[in-house]
Amino acid sequence: MTVTKELAPDIQELERVTIRFAGDSGDGMQLTGTQFTRTAAVFGNDISTLPDFPAEIRAPAGSLPGVSGFQISFSSSEIHTPGDQPDVLVAMNPAALKTNVGDLPAGGALIVNSDAFTQQNLNKAAYASNPLTDGSLKAYTVFEVPISVLNERSLDGLDMTSKQKDLTKNFFALGLMFWLYERSMDPTTSWIDQKFAARPVVAEANKRALKAGYAFGETTEAFHTHYRVRPAKLDPGTYRNITGNEATALGFLTASKLADRPLFYGSYPITPASDILHQLSGYKAFGVKTFQAEDEIAAIGASIGASYGGALALTASSGPGIALKSEAMGLAVMVELPLVIVDVQRAGPSTGMPTKNEQADLLQVMFGRNGDSPMPVVAPATPGECFDLAIEACRLALKYMTPVSYLSDAFLATGSEPWRIPSVADMAPIGVDNETDPLTFRPYQRDPDTLARPWAVPGTPGLEHRIGGLEKADITGNVSYDPDNHHRMQTLRAAKVAGIATDIAPLEVYGPDRGDLLILGWGSTYGAIRSAVERLTGDGRSVAHAHLRHLNPFPANTEDVLRSYRRVLIPEVNLGQLLMLVRARYLIDAIGYDRVRGKPFRIAEIVEEAERVLAEERS
Amino acid sequence: MTDTNGHATTADTAQPALSPENAQVIALTRKDFVSDQEVRWCPGCGDYSILAQTQKVMPDFGYPRENIVFISGIGCSGRLPYYMNTYGFHTIHGRAPTLATGLKAARPDLMVWVITGDGDALSIGGNHVIHSMRRNVDINMVMFNNRIYGLTKGQASPTSEFGKRTKSTPSGTVDTPIMPLTIALAAEASFVARSVDTHTEHLQMTLERSGRHKGSCFVEVLQNCNIFNDGAWRDFTDREVREDRMLFLEHGKPMIFGKDRDKGIRLDGLHPEVVTIGENGVTETDLLVHDETAEEPYLALVLSRMFWPAFPVPVGVLRAVPRPTHDRLIEDQLAAAVAKGGPGDLDAALNGGETWTVE
Repeated sequence: MTVTKELAPDIQELERVTIRFAGDSGDGMQLTGTQFTRTAAVFGNDISTLPDFPAEIRAPAGSLPGVSGFQISFSSSEIHTPGDQPDVLVAMNPAALKTNVGDLPAGGALIVNSDAFTQQNLNKAAYASNPLTDGSLKAYTVFEVPISVLNERSLDGLDMTSKQKDLTKNFFALGLMFWLYERSMDPTTSWIDQKFAARPVVAEANKRALKAGYAFGETTEAFHTHYRVRPAKLDPGTYRNITGNEATALGFLTASKLADRPLFYGSYPITPASDILHQLSGYKAFGVKTFQAEDEIAAIGASIGASYGGALALTASSGPGIALKSEAMGLAVMVELPLVIVDVQRAGPSTGMPTKNEQADLLQVMFGRNGDSPMPVVAPATPGECFDLAIEACRLALKYMTPVSYLSDAFLATGSEPWRIPSVADMAPIGVDNETDPLTFRPYQRDPDTLARPWAVPGTPGLEHRIGGLEKADITGNVSYDPDNHHRMQTLRAAKVAGIATDIAPLEVYGPDRGDLLILGWGSTYGAIRSAVERLTGDGRSVAHAHLRHLNPFPANTEDVLRSYRRVLIPEVNLGQLLMLVRARYLIDAIGYDRVRGKPFRIAEIVEEAERVLAEERS
Repeated sequence: MTDTNGHATTADTAQPALSPENAQVIALTRKDFVSDQEVRWCPGCGDYSILAQTQKVMPDFGYPRENIVFISGIGCSGRLPYYMNTYGFHTIHGRAPTLATGLKAARPDLMVWVITGDGDALSIGGNHVIHSMRRNVDINMVMFNNRIYGLTKGQASPTSEFGKRTKSTPSGTVDTPIMPLTIALAAEASFVARSVDTHTEHLQMTLERSGRHKGSCFVEVLQNCNIFNDGAWRDFTDREVREDRMLFLEHGKPMIFGKDRDKGIRLDGLHPEVVTIGENGVTETDLLVHDETAEEPYLALVLSRMFWPAFPVPVGVLRAVPRPTHDRLIEDQLAAAVAKGGPGDLDAALNGGETWTVE
């Protein structure tokens, strides 16, 4: 918490605050975090969020695996990450304290629901003694609040069981945080009214809990100060808070409009990609057809079928599902039909850690198919950017008649940031033509510029033809086992994808255009790398940041950029996948920096590693 | 059924064509459905007949060629689309129903055929067969059943007889064979039928019925693989024995079979039994009467489990019931959404949720 100014005895102005709400997965922490986020966003702060929840719907109450958390960073200046460490930790029970307090820096504020620190709960969290009384928390500023009791008291007279009343205590905690950070309760109050319109008692209880928490902050002497974080100076425009999955879905919806093609979305439920299916299934009035398939293979199969029929077709999954789709992805490469394959990456291998973040499917989508099977790969860097890259993936798929991999991840998918809403009228249409001329049509006659083959959809008279997974003869598309033809076709498929390099935005550099160190990233590491480079350049270091949105092919200027620095550092939430591609492609002795903890990078980790590389370079 | 040119004769036109307006302008023949690709199945393969009958019935449906799509998986049957002068997609092993589902959902205007085999449909693709049927995807699935893996040169298939010795099962397979029609019925297919590759007229009639049915059709064609499983069905399909060993189903007719038309099927409790008319007081009125339109498929399930040598093998249409199709249900939901709130407004969707303005 950077204190910039003392206003009055009881109000301090801060530039940026990071709060983490942690509790049992039944305690409603995701909801609490989301409500705080909405309020901060509408207020005009720049924000960045990181939900962190268990894969189990409800692990045993009070247990360590059952802890669910939500971190939000809000600021009066531009921020790129949800914060390395919380300034404030709200812990609703001992298990939440135990699993989160390690991230709280010395001096950080710790607000605990003291009512939850019963012997039974302490046992569940494997505490030998009560941390509230044994002195183990003395490094922190601890606020013990009997949230459960105070909350229940505020609901006196309502026709609810004690258990039902207890379910509202997250709103008490939220109310307290609203008071502490000078937030209006109005957005949440109106949300409650809407959400629980059919259950007035529940609405009343939640509102009372919220107000009681707020009043507690105002009246109690425990909190001497509350804090003010002014709105950020964002570019003019209309904003909303958006998660990566929301932006992805909206991007596809928009691409469908821009290309004037109906959207078909084949999908099988999988964390953390399912929300895209949920959202797109609500766009029926746009003609969007969503298909919940019997398995991952059927999901992509149906999408290839729809694409064959002329739709803008998509499928989405996470790593384990992409593994199942691989054969069909190869089919899409062979038949050269447009298709976007979304991979919302999560920690692997195998089932791995389904709700935790990782960016370790890059080589899977690049190479995880039989035969040389080239496929363009794009990856958004922030939740809002998911919108742009979803459109870009569709553009490439349609223009080049190719499947395209779109790599999001759990952090982007569930994390959120303010998003300046674009106007559809300002966007360039995606031109798509279907083949219609029976006289000139050859199924594998390529466009000389893009090398794309024609898209001849069933229903077009005179273009009846057959395609399939068997190797095609060049031009005619008939089945061919001719050795020279196979070599030619392999080369053509590779050249088509490689040629995209000149049709994509060049790799941009933030910071000096040559110097000691370039930090190269991709995907959701953007915020941490950018913040680290801001910090390093602020300290006078010769460090720049470049972030790839296109992983295959790389932008045409990539090698020039990389060779403009003495060293290249590639931080990744995997064991060096982009590193391998860069080294193989450019013979550049880039250095990898890997942290696979199921969590995003911390800014400080990257700063530290960059300093180490710079020191090594100097010595 | 059809004359030598493949034109529909009166028997076929009794039912209206699916697209009457097209039927008037299109006069296609079998030859119009023959592609320029050389047919490459083993000489003597039953697939030739299935291809020929398929090409023969195609003109009857009244669809222009460009609105017909053949989708196949992997196996000998998978080659069929190359030989049809329509749109065709030779996909990957077992997955043809998935592509057909997506294509039909995206393009309800197309007539979609799925060509598959016993391995493709019931081993690697079993899941998709089940789900395409229960969704009532409006496709015609024709499964060539030769009880063997032919393309991979002779391994046991999911319909191979128990104990069958093949290259992959030298001591005999230990797997119980699957009953394809039982699977299709259990999966809620709205049209289920069986025919035989060499019974050309019956096969044409069966394909014709399938093509005219709206909804998921599952047609099992008993097919001979003269290289790896010669005589797969000979015991009951050969001309000399078929009358006695097969039961030709006709809707509304009692289940009678035999050269002398003196054998029948009667129900004993829940079990079917073969009886002789005129013996032990059995008369025609004691016999089961076929009803392909029964709402619940109890009878069809009984028939689906009857097999030689315990029973004559039923062929024909076991079940044909109307049910809303997958593509129709999807379209209805889209139309309902538009009727309720008007066509989607993209700017409104982008501005959804809470927004705020920065000056």
